[in-house]
Amino acid sequence: MLLSVENLQVSYGKIKALHGINFHIDEGEIVCIIGANGAGKSTTLRAISRMVPASPGSKMTYAGKDLLEYSADKVVSQLGISHVPEGRRLFGNLTVMENLILSAFARKDKKAIDRDIERVFGIFPRLEERKRQKAGTLSGGEQQMLAVGRAFVSARKLMLLDEPSMGLAPLLMLSVFDALKAINQEGTTILLVEQNARMALKFSQRGYVIETGNIVMEGKSEDLLNNPDVKKAYLGA
Amino acid sequence: MGYFLQNIVNALQWGSFYALVAIGYSMVYGVLMLFNFAHGDVFMVGAYIGFFTASGLMALAAMGSIAIPGWLILILTLIIAMFLNSFVGMAVERIGYRPLRDAPRASAAITGLMIGIILETGNLALLGAQRRAFPPLIPPTVYKVGGVYITNQKIVIIVVALALTLALHQFVQHTKWGMAMRAMAYDFLVVPLMGIPINTIAALTFALGSALAAAAGVLYGVAYPVLGPYMGIIIGWKAFVAAILGGRGSILGAASAGFLLGFIEIFVTMIFPSTMRDFIAYTIILLILTFLPNGFFGEPYSAKLRL
Repeated sequence: MLLSVENLQVSYGKIKALHGINFHIDEGEIVCIIGANGAGKSTTLRAISRMVPASPGSKMTYAGKDLLEYSADKVVSQLGISHVPEGRRLFGNLTVMENLILSAFARKDKKAIDRDIERVFGIFPRLEERKRQKAGTLSGGEQQMLAVGRAFVSARKLMLLDEPSMGLAPLLMLSVFDALKAINQEGTTILLVEQNARMALKFSQRGYVIETGNIVMEGKSEDLLNNPDVKKAYLGA
Repeated sequence: MGYFLQNIVNALQWGSFYALVAIGYSMVYGVLMLFNFAHGDVFMVGAYIGFFTASGLMALAAMGSIAIPGWLILILTLIIAMFLNSFVGMAVERIGYRPLRDAPRASAAITGLMIGIILETGNLALLGAQRRAFPPLIPPTVYKVGGVYITNQKIVIIVVALALTLALHQFVQHTKWGMAMRAMAYDFLVVPLMGIPINTIAALTFALGSALAAAAGVLYGVAYPVLGPYMGIIIGWKAFVAAILGGRGSILGAASAGFLLGFIEIFVTMIFPSTMRDFIAYTIILLILTFLPNGFFGEPYSAKLRL
């Protein structure tokens, strides 16, 4: 088990966003969490990357280590967990290349960094064409590519992806997911949260369904795809 | 004409101090969204560190009865004062501002004013009310170029100010540390997701700004060799204005606004009585800001992204 989350609770002020959820991810898996807007998907990822504090009683174990002992930057630099945040959050005032260089901030292996940036350009040739352009001037699809590329360079044991399909035309969405599949096959474990439940379940091996801060269903993705409740609530069928 | 050119040289020197201090204000504001109102006093501390360093080096030279040339002492003084004052800046950040990072901005502003008072009165308590005379390191030599008198001191001040400004600009544009600072100015909250420790970048920002303030303090001591505990207040406020005028977080903006402020002040006194200087100078700046509310190089606030 790569990551195990037990009784994870998160509150924003008085509002409880997560009511003690449990899930796990095995090494090499692609796991998705689906749910409606505001169900707690992004909060779950933010808790793992230590962007929001977990309430007392929460337990998260990553590769045998207590995740809660690590600060947000160390989660990336020491544990190898990268996070593609909601809304991509690129540094729009920096060029594409600078965004990629910056994502390797804590890495010392200069040669391997160059190789990884080359690899990103191999997966997304559009980014290489625009490497001197400010990230803020990229199209939505290109921005998503850069957000994934940035995570790829920063750390690659576990990649947390927050709505990678958001705002992308269907064709672009497919190419982003193809790239993610390739990254996964190279050994990166992926945890994906999506409102686009059909896409997420087709792409992943296992899935969890989250509703108002509680996990209400879990199983193999193909089973969830055929589950009448999931179909009714999330697949519009 | 000669009088006019003379004033250009004077304005460049006067602007050098504003520029160097304004850069520190602007960087801290750009990266941390915080006005470090103690920055003028950090400049004062830098001038005093420079004073003690220069005096110490001269005493050392006298003791060994070896002739260390004044310019070498000046260079060493600049380097040592910049180095030591960067720790003063980092201490201000660590003790004063870091605990308040999530507090309302007003708390940080009040803290800044408080730190300033502590530095001023601390100086007064430790060193007494007596003013200090900055030792003359380079004996003034006057060159006459086409009716304009230029001293070697003025040349040193202007050249050092420009060189430090450009060096810092290069650092911020081309190193990963500089990129991290610019990234933080754009979107504070996602910076840790790149594996970047925010606290280190915050400390670095304060260190760089304080080092430049120390350089300004030493150069100020060369030009106006009287140091007092309150010498940083007026320069600090004016540099703050220059930082606003230059645009949030822009190094070249702060520097050019600092020099512009020097020019406005010097040229206003060419035409009007010097008692009107600040009134007219700041009226001009208010007018500029009316038409350029983000300053010269500032970007309008992107609706700050929330987590």
